[in-house]
Amino acid sequence: MESGTQNKTNKIQNVSPSGAGASKYWWKILAVILLLYTIIKGFLGPVPAQPILHESIRNLYFHVPMWFSMMVILFVSVWHSIKYLSKSTIESDIVATQAAHTGMLLGALGLITGSIWAKYTWGAWWVADTKLNGAAITMLIYLAYFVLRGSIDEEQKRARIAAVYNIFAYVMLIVFLMILPRMSDSLHPGNGGNPGFNKYDLDSNMRTVFYPAVLGWILLATWIFTLRVRLEKLKRKTLLND
Amino acid sequence: MKNILTFLILILLPKLIFAQESQHVEMAEGLFQSGKIYVVVTVLAVIFTGIVGYLIVIDRKISKLEKEINKK
Repeated sequence: MESGTQNKTNKIQNVSPSGAGASKYWWKILAVILLLYTIIKGFLGPVPAQPILHESIRNLYFHVPMWFSMMVILFVSVWHSIKYLSKSTIESDIVATQAAHTGMLLGALGLITGSIWAKYTWGAWWVADTKLNGAAITMLIYLAYFVLRGSIDEEQKRARIAAVYNIFAYVMLIVFLMILPRMSDSLHPGNGGNPGFNKYDLDSNMRTVFYPAVLGWILLATWIFTLRVRLEKLKRKTLLND
Repeated sequence: MKNILTFLILILLPKLIFAQESQHVEMAEGLFQSGKIYVVVTVLAVIFTGIVGYLIVIDRKISKLEKEINKK
């Protein structure tokens, strides 16, 4: 997302390392503060007493932000894929790939935590639900993105085909996660005839934790993703030097 | 007879109205009572700061490498 400007700030930082440094990592500090707040108030703060959910309602602070940050990071990915198609700079390709990798990590965590939550509220690790199956299919679509990348050797060709596929993958993600679950009944809150998400999200106590949690997780995901991008760029640079 | 009936209704009415309230949803009250939940929260906070510390170390290592390679 900010990789273009990051290079510029890197060069500025080399000139004056003390001044540009602090302005660069303030959001990492914010991420840590927000998530520490989430952990502490998320476990100790008051929550509404709901049947079936009981204390597991606190999962809202951890399971849901995984998906939110996955969608944000994958949007960054598709954004850079579009950028690659218009400008053909290999840097956009690197950013798109690494963002997709980070998105998959978050998606996997979202699936696992959702499965655990389902076991103790719905009574099964997995139910054939539109939302759940949609999430699983989305993951498979993105896995195919990596398979596709791995199968093409030529760099420019690989980047171009992968970028086109990535646009398709993000559209499918929206269809499977946002549209189809809303068109049918679902056990999962926020879908079909079960708008449960609003019910507990309306609780103002939970909102004071949930929104900072979402922002915190998105920032942490961005941190991991930028680390991946920087590492990949270093790898390519050293390969070129050799 | 009538009096007894109204008396009974008056007695039972609040019970009928507040019957729903008595459906108690079980929450982890015991966990909060003993105060040991704070131990769990502290442990989680420590693990999280550990992971963040790890991220910071990786971040610094990458920064160092970036500087070295940019010098070349």
